[in-house]
Amino acid sequence: MTLLQVEDLHIHFGDVHAVDGLSFSLEAGGSLGIVGESGSGKSATALALLGLQSASLSSGRIDFDGTDLLRDPDWRGIRGAQIAMVFQEPLTALNPFQTIGAQIAEVYRLHTGASRRAARERAVEVLGQVHIPDPARRAAAYPHQFSGGMRQRALIAMAIACRPRLIVADEPTTALDVTVQAQILDLLDEVRESTGAALLLISHDLGVVAGSTDAVAVMRHGRAVESGPTAEVLVHPRSDYTKALLDAVPRPRPPRDLGERRPLLRLDGVRKEFPQPRRGALRKPSPVVAVDGVTLEVAAGETLGIVGESGTGKTTLARMMVGLVPLTAGRITFDGTDIARRRTHSSIQMVFQDPLSSLNPRRTVGESIADPLRLQGIRDPRPRVTALLSRVGLAASAYDRYPHQLSGGMRQRVGIARALAPSPRLIVCDEPVSSLDVTTQAQVLTLIEDLREELGFALIFVSHDLAVLRQIADRIAVMKDGRVVELGPTAQVYDTPTHPYTKELLAAVPVTDPAEARRLRILRRKESPARAT
Amino acid sequence: MSLLRDRGFLVGAVIAGLMVLVAITAPLLAALAGQDYTTYHDDLLDSARGGVPIAGFSGEHWLGVEPGTGRDLFARLVYGAQISVGVALAATVLEVLFGLTAGVAAGLGGRWLDAGLSRVIDLVLSVPILVLAVSLLAIVPQDWPRPLLLATVIALLGWGGTARITRGETLTLRTRDYVAAARLSGARRWRVARREILPGLTTPILTYAALLVPYNMIVEAALSFLGIGVRPPTPSWGQMLSSATTWFRADPLYVFLPGALLFTTLLSFVLVADGLRRHLDPRQAPR
Amino acid sequence: MTGYLIRRVLGAAVVMLVLSALIYGLFYLAPSDPALLTCGKGCTPERLADVRVAMGVDDPVPAQYAHFLEGLVAGRDYPAGADVRHCPAPCLGYSFETDQPVTALLLDRFPVSFSLALGAEVLSLVIGIGAGMLAGLKRFRLVDRLVNGLILAGYATPVFLVGLLLLLLFCVHLQWLPFPQYVPFTTDPLLWAQNLLLPWTSLAAIQAAVYARLTRAGIQETLAEDHIRTARAYGVPERRILWRRALRGAMLPLITVTAIDVAGIMTSAVLTETMFGLPGVGQLLVGAVRQIDLPVVVGVMLLTGLIIVVANAAADLLYAAADPRVQIR
Repeated sequence: MTLLQVEDLHIHFGDVHAVDGLSFSLEAGGSLGIVGESGSGKSATALALLGLQSASLSSGRIDFDGTDLLRDPDWRGIRGAQIAMVFQEPLTALNPFQTIGAQIAEVYRLHTGASRRAARERAVEVLGQVHIPDPARRAAAYPHQFSGGMRQRALIAMAIACRPRLIVADEPTTALDVTVQAQILDLLDEVRESTGAALLLISHDLGVVAGSTDAVAVMRHGRAVESGPTAEVLVHPRSDYTKALLDAVPRPRPPRDLGERRPLLRLDGVRKEFPQPRRGALRKPSPVVAVDGVTLEVAAGETLGIVGESGTGKTTLARMMVGLVPLTAGRITFDGTDIARRRTHSSIQMVFQDPLSSLNPRRTVGESIADPLRLQGIRDPRPRVTALLSRVGLAASAYDRYPHQLSGGMRQRVGIARALAPSPRLIVCDEPVSSLDVTTQAQVLTLIEDLREELGFALIFVSHDLAVLRQIADRIAVMKDGRVVELGPTAQVYDTPTHPYTKELLAAVPVTDPAEARRLRILRRKESPARAT
Repeated sequence: MSLLRDRGFLVGAVIAGLMVLVAITAPLLAALAGQDYTTYHDDLLDSARGGVPIAGFSGEHWLGVEPGTGRDLFARLVYGAQISVGVALAATVLEVLFGLTAGVAAGLGGRWLDAGLSRVIDLVLSVPILVLAVSLLAIVPQDWPRPLLLATVIALLGWGGTARITRGETLTLRTRDYVAAARLSGARRWRVARREILPGLTTPILTYAALLVPYNMIVEAALSFLGIGVRPPTPSWGQMLSSATTWFRADPLYVFLPGALLFTTLLSFVLVADGLRRHLDPRQAPR
Repeated sequence: MTGYLIRRVLGAAVVMLVLSALIYGLFYLAPSDPALLTCGKGCTPERLADVRVAMGVDDPVPAQYAHFLEGLVAGRDYPAGADVRHCPAPCLGYSFETDQPVTALLLDRFPVSFSLALGAEVLSLVIGIGAGMLAGLKRFRLVDRLVNGLILAGYATPVFLVGLLLLLLFCVHLQWLPFPQYVPFTTDPLLWAQNLLLPWTSLAAIQAAVYARLTRAGIQETLAEDHIRTARAYGVPERRILWRRALRGAMLPLITVTAIDVAGIMTSAVLTETMFGLPGVGQLLVGAVRQIDLPVVVGVMLLTGLIIVVANAAADLLYAAADPRVQIR
């Protein structure tokens, strides 16, 4: 039986045609993934299902079990009761002033008219169902007392509280770490099985939908360019765009032969503590240890990948390597000299995560790139800058443009050009592609690889994304709680991981092959049965 | 830019500009009217009714004369603009100077400097400006030029807000990756501060300073109203309003003229500040 | 919690100590000679010498300050001619002008200023929040524009101008109200309120603009937050969203501001009190400044400091009670 049927949906915001003739259908109890890059209209579609789009014009038909959702139905009976939504940002999606239990109970009472007591009990019940430990006690906690993953669980609990027939999850794991992402996806899968609700999963990540959906629709420019069973579409894509998306997924490269290892950068027992603010207490609180005794070596021309989840100290480590953050203990030497004593850092450069924040909004991109050249004593840097711009794939006219006039991918190219300007021997890249769309990400990644081949600099590539590192890194260091728990050649770390955390990370990586995704899910269930973080 | 199409801002800017012009050309305007602000005209007062002016507007005294003294109102009002606008602008300039220096020093200096300066800024911010200004004006050297003294006292008590905003913005700006990038390219501290951080402060400081002008104007008028501002015979709108309290039964016009002028001028500066804020910095709502 | 309170009180004590040193230093070491002022008109060199000894102004400064502190905490004795006059703690000295103990003067004037501040604050909160809500909901375009205009006008109006106009209108022209004259609350609450109505209104007219702006911004910001969207997606009725969530979020910044503003209004009531002839602390200060009556000026300053410190502490506690994310340790 068809539960949801979308026919020729159009959504306009002013002049923007966000959704342009979209059609799809979803069986009761089934699961459908909608995949697309930013601006493809996938989120607009999700919000339209619940009539949450203000200031937009829609036409077409959204048939939900006989009701047309575009004809302004009785939303009270639908929102939360029939269709429940799980949002992207668990941090802000819950009311900070109300306890988790009270928020779930409020929604339940609203739709069922149950007594306060019954609603509270239902809240505890669903919190247990999403594997929140000690749900009776945790129901009295406020959102800020939950971790990101637990908040997303709480939101899913709220979604299933009224036993809806459709759960819409809009990028439910984008803000989460990869291991937590895997847990949340597993949970959504489990909830779908146990409640019989249909699932509409929206994501930019092919790997996220691969293991969790039966059917998939690939969206671009507000249209479905391809749709069908997940196994079919992701394994034998027909449309060029789907192929390009799949091609953009990073893939392993054969190991490079770097010749003789000549050490360039050495880290010796590097440690970083951040003092905690003394809040009127007499005793000074113990400092937070961000990086805890890291020893490693980077050879000339080599690429070292550093992987870790948020808060593992990888960014702090990266900044210490370029001399931006002073060390608490230990030593970093570059080419034999202590990095703290070096007068200029220009032979080590950095590419930052957020290309918008890394460019001064008040200066043209050309000026930003010219700066290091001027400091090296070059009088007229413009020809060099233009050459650099064209090397990273930008037009010479970009020199006089401001950062906000460029797209994210273009800005990151500018960031790379600036790093190249002083002809460095080592470039540290801190999550350089994680804020970019999949196809742009692939292009920037290729650019970095090409430049590395051509110019022969050593590269330290920090990322949370194991797939990206597998493509670009010669060796990989896995970080957890400020320490390097595993370090070795890329193939070795991926194929025969030794540390349990590395194994957990690898099992959590989303893969685009649906069969492999299902296999990994079963593997995860066996290794760590439902655990909440 | 859309600011030039904002009606509120434009009206405010034109009136504010006019007031600044009046302030600058006050002696000229008074000379044009053929009057000054000190000469008494007893002959124009009705001594039977306690000194209320006999005639209102006239060709000789454009806006009539002051009750009790018979001094020319037009001359006193335009010279009043000089005090009102002059003191407010001077105080604002000083405040921005103090605030910017303290804020940048706190934001870029070490942890101890920041902690110390932040305490001072908090203290200055929590001080009720009027109470302290009233008290301070009692003990300062009385032989300084009074308007300069007023501007200095107002500025000494009022730089806290600018300093806090500057410090906050500086702290945010220095964590930006482009500042790190500039350091990596070998730029020294001072160059980084000058080229990467200071330009970013212009907008928030400008919008805040625009709001300080009417605020300082109110403080000056209040101090003069309390009789602790400028000294007679120098005229100020606040002081005229204060003396008007004794005349408002007999001569309501005497309340109305300086009151309306003060309100109009203030409103025009507020409109300018509000327009700037809305167009340049929508986050920061003035208090 | 107890630990927090103890720390907070200790912290406040330190702040007050520093403040007293600053104020004392500032005013007693200022160029004007306090002894000469106390001595008054027709002062002979002999009398001046006597006064200097009596006031102890020839002692080293730290010793003078120590005496001053001692007076605050334990009381102190003043030589008065041949006699000794005991000034009980907290002793702030005697007024140069009236020779009354400053502490008694302050206690006498405080209720007036407090009545003024409290009433004005309540009135401005009611008007400000109401107007801010109307503007924040953006239901009625006209109301929104009107409130916005009033907010700007509120910023552009000095309190004494409002007071003057109100006096002119209600006491002179319409003659609906008598000219304000302070009547203690304990004597006749009705007369107390009637006489304070105009001062309250003129203070509130300005202050309400601030609250209206804060409320409006708060409501609009909260309504744009993600959790409001969640509530809508789960079918929570719009009315409930407004009253339970948006208003709650908007009130939060107001808590801090209000507590501090009570102190602010009280201390800046200088103008209102002078204009309406209310015998409050502000009027006392203006009089004292005109006469360069230093003990009174210092007394008012210290009282002001105390009020601000207390109000800030109260604001922090209230805020922590209202926002579960803030923890008091």
